[in-house]
Amino acid sequence: MDLSEKMFFGFKRENGRTGVRNHVVILPVDDLSNAAAEAVANNIKGTIALPHPYGRLQFGADLDLHFRTLIGTGANPNVAAVIVICIEDGWAKKVADGIAKTGKPVAYFGIEQHGDHDTILRASKKAKEFVQWASELAREERPLKDLWVSTKCGESDTTSGCGANPTVGNAFDKLYPHGVTLVFGETTELTGGEHLVAARCRTDEVRKKFQFVFDRYQDVINRHKTNDLSESQPTKGNIEGGLTTIEEKALGNIQKIGRKCLVDGVLDKAEAPSGPGLWFMDSSSAAAEMVTLCAAAGYVVHFFPTGQGNVIGNPILPVIKLCANPRTVRTMSEHIDVDVSGLLRKELTPDQAGDKLLECMFRTANGRLTAAEALGHREFVLTRLYESA
Amino acid sequence: MIHFVVHEEGDGVGVVVVEGVKSGQALSGWIMEDDQDIVIQAKSDIPIGHKVALRDYKPGDTVIKYGVDIGKVVAPIAKGEHLHVHNVKTKRW
Repeated sequence: MDLSEKMFFGFKRENGRTGVRNHVVILPVDDLSNAAAEAVANNIKGTIALPHPYGRLQFGADLDLHFRTLIGTGANPNVAAVIVICIEDGWAKKVADGIAKTGKPVAYFGIEQHGDHDTILRASKKAKEFVQWASELAREERPLKDLWVSTKCGESDTTSGCGANPTVGNAFDKLYPHGVTLVFGETTELTGGEHLVAARCRTDEVRKKFQFVFDRYQDVINRHKTNDLSESQPTKGNIEGGLTTIEEKALGNIQKIGRKCLVDGVLDKAEAPSGPGLWFMDSSSAAAEMVTLCAAAGYVVHFFPTGQGNVIGNPILPVIKLCANPRTVRTMSEHIDVDVSGLLRKELTPDQAGDKLLECMFRTANGRLTAAEALGHREFVLTRLYESA
Repeated sequence: MIHFVVHEEGDGVGVVVVEGVKSGQALSGWIMEDDQDIVIQAKSDIPIGHKVALRDYKPGDTVIKYGVDIGKVVAPIAKGEHLHVHNVKTKRW
């Protein structure tokens, strides 16, 4: 596929970024605000609440990550406007101010001294205003380089490593020269293949940073493990699918970064990249956590290869699923956007498979709903670093 | 028909990519990197996605896939047998 002149139709945002969705988000800062947020989303059609279980008594780096994830989610260009709800005003304002830096409409509401009823009423009025405003925004033609594309695989099996993941790699190799901003992560899931990623780092400085975050995560595993992690990493589903060790899983995982593109930088969890290229995000390998972090970092389309059939979606980031396992494609077809099982029958070349994924990417960016979106998968899962105070 | 694929020449395992492989069955394999064909006889029933050993292994041996170490053998495995968590373990963690 010749990508040099390729464009897509997206929503140009106030800060110059381009989104492929036009969500009006009702964002609770803490668990206590979920009920009000969901009530507002129920009142005002076309809005979406993002309930989650955290936000109380967190501190230090864990609290920083909580704020960075919430602010990043609201700031994502797939989001047109945001209503922030918190148990009290102070942190509601903090999150709203962070999002408002993008220039998009944001309003915040604290529940204390109002109660749920009054908060829901006031927030609903504002949400109605936002959603009617957003519904008049139009897509416009945007250059390919405006797309930020993330990847993370899930419920992998051995077909992931020889089919679906190399397909993402082929697509990444094609997108990279066009100035697209790409990311991969899953720090522990590189174990056994970390030397291959280190060798792909653009500079010694990037390599050093990558090795530091990789080693730090290994320390976490070694400190807390009670066995060799079999059934956790690789998961029970991975093992059912034929993956035997973390090394084997990692070598399959790494196929997602293709053969040509270099690792240009290392990101902290939910950190926005500072320029185009391929970024490595230090992250959990749990699907919903990692995809949520990609959305918070500003990515607008996600490639999700699966083997055994992970059904994940995300509320604001369209998750495109591809699969090379013919049994999964047959038994779970409603979840699969791109069937690349032909790769394993020599009916499809890697180049054709990559193009098939890119074609789906453009259609998704232009507005076609992914399987996960149509099925209502909205997994919004915040990463926690340690216990609450 | 391709029953199993091998990433690279020199790999000690193939990945079964069809359902219903039975012990005794002659399996056609495809080495993807070099586009070569190989044949092996299955000595176990092997589910789709699971691995077939392409050589004999003894405990302590290293299994190579993608041209890289993917773990250590902990029980003898004969060429054509099912190679998985019952006879191979990680060298990490």
